[in-house]
Order: sequence, then structure tokens, then C-alpha cells
Amino acid sequence: MPTIEPARAGTQCVADPATMRREHPAMLEHQRDETVRGGIRGNKASLKACIGCHASPATGSVAKSEANFCVSCHSYAAVRIDCFGCHAARPAATAMSKQP
Amino acid sequence: MSDADRSADTRDNEPDITSRRGFLGVAAVAMGGSLLAGGVRLIEVQAATPASPAAGATAGANPTVRWGLLIDSDKCASGCTDCVTACNTENGLATPQRATDAQWIRKVEIKEIKTGRSASLPVMCQHCAEPPCVDVCPTGASFKRADGIVMVDRHSCIGCRYCVMACPYQARSFIHEALTEQKPEVPRGKGCVESCTLCVHRIDQGQQDTACAEACTKAGHNAISFGNLNDPDSEISRRARAAATTQLRADLRLDLGVRYQGL
Repeated sequence: MPTIEPARAGTQCVADPATMRREHPAMLEHQRDETVRGGIRGNKASLKACIGCHASPATGSVAKSEANFCVSCHSYAAVRIDCFGCHAARPAATAMSKQP
Repeated sequence: MSDADRSADTRDNEPDITSRRGFLGVAAVAMGGSLLAGGVRLIEVQAATPASPAAGATAGANPTVRWGLLIDSDKCASGCTDCVTACNTENGLATPQRATDAQWIRKVEIKEIKTGRSASLPVMCQHCAEPPCVDVCPTGASFKRADGIVMVDRHSCIGCRYCVMACPYQARSFIHEALTEQKPEVPRGKGCVESCTLCVHRIDQGQQDTACAEACTKAGHNAISFGNLNDPDSEISRRARAAATTQLRADLRLDLGVRYQGL
């Protein structure tokens, strides 16, 4: 099994781990259309919010190294995602500076 | 067939028609009942699940608004590229090195040969009410938001570049090579077409100013004003009412969101 990096301390995920493991693609896809086409931002399943908590303290990213949050599981499950071809895999500079 | 025969036929058929109508009426009532029951159940389900919009979520594109820009070429300084620089910084675009590099806004210098009068103006996506890019897009990736902003949904863009060809303003760019260091609020990547979004990430957060307009004001030119064209009390509407404004290629009748003054 892959080793999953823990999220930033003191943060609470939007759903329990079992739901997140199974449903996160659908949640992200649903919200993506709401955001891009409807202009609704900051809703529950926001990719930016995922990255905000799950970016690795070492690389500052969720997808930079094999051990990072998104890649660790996707490489184990042989799932190739292209989210980070366009989306920044690291939080905004301001959010980074807030990290302990 | 005589008129009398025809009327007799009609009379003969009448009971049939009535009964069919009667049956349809009953069927409609029955269906209405089941729909009502279904609707009630849906509401119950919705009430049972937690409310989907999170506390911090924004309201989304407002269909009563039409965002636009008014550009005064008399105030626009020749040689000043602050709007272009600000756009590049805001959206994470590199300074264009080659003709194929992405460009969301560009400065254009025009000159009337007979009189020698020259003018300077920025040109970007004109956010048409009838956008040709949306008409030609085979996947529906090019779309117009409820508040009039024309955008590309990169999730469905296949990079065919029909929209690039269709745009009369050459406002769109194609990304040829993989990008890094994108801004978190402005995702961009290889294989997709992109153009000015009127700083949609700012608008969605309630900020009513684009990077280009902000930079122009900061430089002291005040040539670009951003606002709601549907609101008669907005600054942009007041300015458009007070002075003659033109749309680029008005002959195409695309009803542009970007208007020019002093051309």
C-alpha cells in the first residue's frame, strides 16, 4: 500500500476518508463545472482547498515527487491524472507563508 | 362528398374525439399526481442532505450583469504597456518572446494615413454578446457566462483552434508547450486555447476591477474603465452615455462588451 502523507496539522477534511477515497473524482468534477461555467468559487470540493491542506511541507506541492499526496496513491493505482498540467500543484504564496 | 355528408361524418366522429380527449385528460391528471409525489420526495431528499454550498462560497455569475470595458484611446498613452504587463503578471503569462506565445492583451498603434492622426489602444477579447468562437466550438468548451464573459472551459477544449480562426479580433492564443508555475487561480496548460477572462477570478471574489484597468489607473491615464454595462448608474455606463463610443468591426454586429472612445 502507498504511504499517504498526512494533511497539514489542525485541518479538517470536508468528508470522512472512506468517502473521499471513493468520491473525490466525482466531487471535483461536479464542482469544476459549477466554478468554471457558473462562477461559484470557494465551495466545498475545491481543488485549491485540497492543495491548501495536502501540499507536502517538503516540496510544497501535491504532485512534485512520488511521495506527494496526489501522486503517491495515483501511481500505486496506475491512474494518470492531468489536473496538474494546468492547475498549480502548490498553494498560493500567501497560503504557503501561513503554514507552520 | 356533399357538405351535409361531411357534417354528418364530423358528428359521427365527435363521440370518439371527446372520449379520446377525456382519456388524455385523465392521463394528464394521473401523471400530474405522480410528478407532484415525485417532487415532494425530491425536496425531502434535498432537505435531508447537507446544504451543498459551503459558507465561504461565492454567489456565481449574475445573469442581470453584463461586464465590460470602456477604453478611451485619447487617454491611452502611446508606448505605455502597463496594462499588458499587469495582465501578464495577474494571469501568470510570460512576456511573449515569439509570435506563437500566449497574449491576452496587446497594444495597437493606429494611424490615419490621410490626416496623420495616430491613436494608441489596447485590444483584448471583446466579450461579444454573440461570440463567433462559441458558435464554431465543436465541444462546447468556448462559452459565454451568464454575466457576459466569454471564456474557454479547458476541461473540454481539444485544442482544435477553430475559435482562433473565427475570432475577428485575434484575441485567442493557443498554448503549444507545457507550462509550469501557473497561478493557483488561473489554471492554464498545453493543448488549450485561452484568452482574456476579464479577470474572472477577481470578479467572482467581488472585486470590481481588472488588472489592466487597475494598472492604467495607477499609471494615471484612466483610459480603461471596467464595469457593469447593464447598470445605468455605473461609471462605465455614465461614460458611455456622455461620449460617443464605437465597437471594433461594428459591421459584424456582435454586440461587444468592450467599447472604444476617441477612435
